[in-house]
Amino acid sequence: MSHSLTPRMWLTAFLGISRRETLRFVNQRGRFLAALVRPLVWLFIFAAGFRAVLGLSITPPYQTYVLYEVYVTPGLAAMIQLFNGMQSSLSMVYDRETGAMRTLLVSPFPRWFLLGSKLVAGVIVSIIQVYTFLAIAWFWGVEPPLWGYVTVLPALILTGLMLGAMGLFLSSAIRQLENFAGVMNFVIFPMFFASTALYPLWRMRESSTLLHDICAVNPFTHAVELIRFALYQQFDLLSFSVVLGCLILFFTGAVIMYDPARGLWVRRKGGA
Amino acid sequence: MSQIALSVQNVSHSFGRFQALKDVSLSVPQGGFTALLGVNGAGKTTLFSLITRLYNNTSGRIEVAGNDLRRQPAAALARLGVVFQSRALDADLTVAQNLTYHAALHGIRRREAMARAETVLAQVGLSDRLHTRVSALSGGQQRRAEIARALIHRPEILLLDEATVGLDVKSRSEVVSLTRELTTEGVSVLWATHIMDEIRPEDGLVILHRGEVLASGRTEEVTGGEDLTQAFLRLTGEEG
Repeated sequence: MSHSLTPRMWLTAFLGISRRETLRFVNQRGRFLAALVRPLVWLFIFAAGFRAVLGLSITPPYQTYVLYEVYVTPGLAAMIQLFNGMQSSLSMVYDRETGAMRTLLVSPFPRWFLLGSKLVAGVIVSIIQVYTFLAIAWFWGVEPPLWGYVTVLPALILTGLMLGAMGLFLSSAIRQLENFAGVMNFVIFPMFFASTALYPLWRMRESSTLLHDICAVNPFTHAVELIRFALYQQFDLLSFSVVLGCLILFFTGAVIMYDPARGLWVRRKGGA
Repeated sequence: MSQIALSVQNVSHSFGRFQALKDVSLSVPQGGFTALLGVNGAGKTTLFSLITRLYNNTSGRIEVAGNDLRRQPAAALARLGVVFQSRALDADLTVAQNLTYHAALHGIRRREAMARAETVLAQVGLSDRLHTRVSALSGGQQRRAEIARALIHRPEILLLDEATVGLDVKSRSEVVSLTRELTTEGVSVLWATHIMDEIRPEDGLVILHRGEVLASGRTEEVTGGEDLTQAFLRLTGEEG
């Protein structure tokens, strides 16, 4: 009997992995709600409170003065993807503690494909969350151009992949679930706050040059800016390049780390 | 002479300075039930991780149904079904959802997977549990569902790593009998265990101790008529 993998089999495997991720997501309605409530709290409460405090000059891609809610929305969309990327890597750590990761990895398909499929499945889920959030934000007065909702899609795919790949890479290095809480504190919060999600770069420079420089090299800043520009039908080459570069870097790192011949896997006794 | 379903030749593996397996060789005949007997820490799980390519084997040679694991990993893994010691089914999903997911990991489409799911669930006596959530199954049923999962892509060899751990006596006996029945259908079984009474005199036996194979052959030949526990203690040098 031949066991060569036909294109149809690859598609079946990808759809199977996506279906499982979606089912898990649907079954965990609390997760969906939490993912939605988090940015909405920022939008409804934080942004409203800071509207008066934080004055914003005209910064690209905006052609006029914008309300703080409008400024903060792309950052909150990226935040959804950041949390989603971390959450799916959390599920990878959980899968590894049970035998689910082992069964995934003993499939005859190559590891880059299995991990990539898991990554793409996670991104699909995050995009559903982002569009739900953008729809609610529209009722709150955040009304980007209608075509912006279309042009933002490729940006969301790319940023979702990058943030998911980062989570994947981190999950390969984390041994147990308990360690993951630390990563949440040391990765999510610094990345989010030291970015342009909540305040533009020039605001940062006013308070600290060092902080400004940190924000400028933070990949999350570029994810936020890519989404911000795309939502207003513009393309920011720098952000695009940084996000793409980080995606390649993190995903390659994850594949190496999950490779049986290389990475931490080799040294980790019983760690699969 | 019967054909060899799984062949492990001169395989060693180390974690840093600790050598977990030392020049291990064993074979599982087609349609045979071979027990891999060893106490905890003997190296059984490490050996399974090498056979399933979770770890890369750099020494010796592993062949699954004639396919070299290093050169033809996809063909080798496609012929392998594995029941790991830890739970691999998603407790929040139904048995059918789990089985179709695992079928997809072998490139089997949904419609075909559903038909196969019914067949394998009948094999393990869980026909009426197709749409039950895994979390609603008993421990023994979950283990049987794990076996169904491992069988869905019709593997030629089934590896089970301490498959009865945590089960009560009745469920344990059911899982062992079920696995033995599979050999009558042509599936070859490598059964890792530390429980002596799961092994019969006519079974193949490999005794693994501190990473080394101390004895292998038919159980009754290895024991030479002696009680298996006594023979095991004698061979491992742990007699009282």
